[in-house]
Amino acid sequence: MSLLKNAWEAPVRADLPEFGPGDNVDVHVRIIEGNKERVQIFSGVVIARSGGDSVNGTYTVRKAEKGYGVERIFQLHSPKVEKLVVRRRGHVRRAKLYYLRERSGKAARIREKASR
Amino acid sequence: MSAILGRKLGMTQVFDDQGNCVPVTMIEAGPCFVSQKKSVDSDGYDAVQLAFGEMRANKANRPMSGHFKKAGVKPKRHLREFDAPELLELEVGAEVTCELFTAGDVVAVSGNSKGRGYSGVMKKHNFHGFKMSHGVHESYRGRGSVGAASDPSRTYRGLKMAGRYGNDRVTVKNLQVVQVLPEQNLILVKGAVPGARNGLVEIRK
Repeated sequence: MSLLKNAWEAPVRADLPEFGPGDNVDVHVRIIEGNKERVQIFSGVVIARSGGDSVNGTYTVRKAEKGYGVERIFQLHSPKVEKLVVRRRGHVRRAKLYYLRERSGKAARIREKASR
Repeated sequence: MSAILGRKLGMTQVFDDQGNCVPVTMIEAGPCFVSQKKSVDSDGYDAVQLAFGEMRANKANRPMSGHFKKAGVKPKRHLREFDAPELLELEVGAEVTCELFTAGDVVAVSGNSKGRGYSGVMKKHNFHGFKMSHGVHESYRGRGSVGAASDPSRTYRGLKMAGRYGNDRVTVKNLQVVQVLPEQNLILVKGAVPGARNGLVEIRK
């Protein structure tokens, strides 16, 4: 990969806030319908990040809606994401929160991170 | 019709106009130099020899350095012949860069695939093998029968068996050029390309 790094400036975006697993986020997704563009907000918990800050990085956001869990995987540097807002920082002790998939309601709560 | 030589750098991803993620292979293509021209009169066929790849001048042996000197080209690591019409018009010593290609071009890329050594039939020919249990004994990655018994009393030629796999010339056709970066001599091609990183590839359109 170092070959790639030296050769070329990757299309990364610098406007993203710092965020990680356990955080509640609003992902503002650009949606193009015909020739109209609108923004849809997908809000939920970040349950995983993969690929670090690299070009290939992704993050998984999970929300529980009407009794169904919905997960979306976003490309970290995707231009389709207009902005990413961190609503609440969660205190978690692991990097991948896949255990949330088996939980709902009160059991799926995450403690808020004490602000420094 | 034109062609160029390049070095496979590796794969990454870019986003297109719609924001879709596109997997690309990055190829350092050129600059190449025309080191020899072959013609019907002298060689029996028309072709252009392209030279590519950094090389220390003192690493070239006597015959090769003479060859390059005659063409007025610095010694290069790789030589390949092409018969692309666009290249045939070039003179000896001319430079060939990745600007021959533009985004949207459909290209074929050839290279030497990764050598996999002596491989079994599952890897080499995509056989399914056998069950891991239910009485299968010691042959769960095997090929099964190789033919009938006393008639024909032999194994048919060309039967798929285990053996050396990879390190062959492989061509992938209909790859799309996603982006060309002339300053860095880079071509970004959608999808995968044969060979290991740092391997020599030929790009033709």
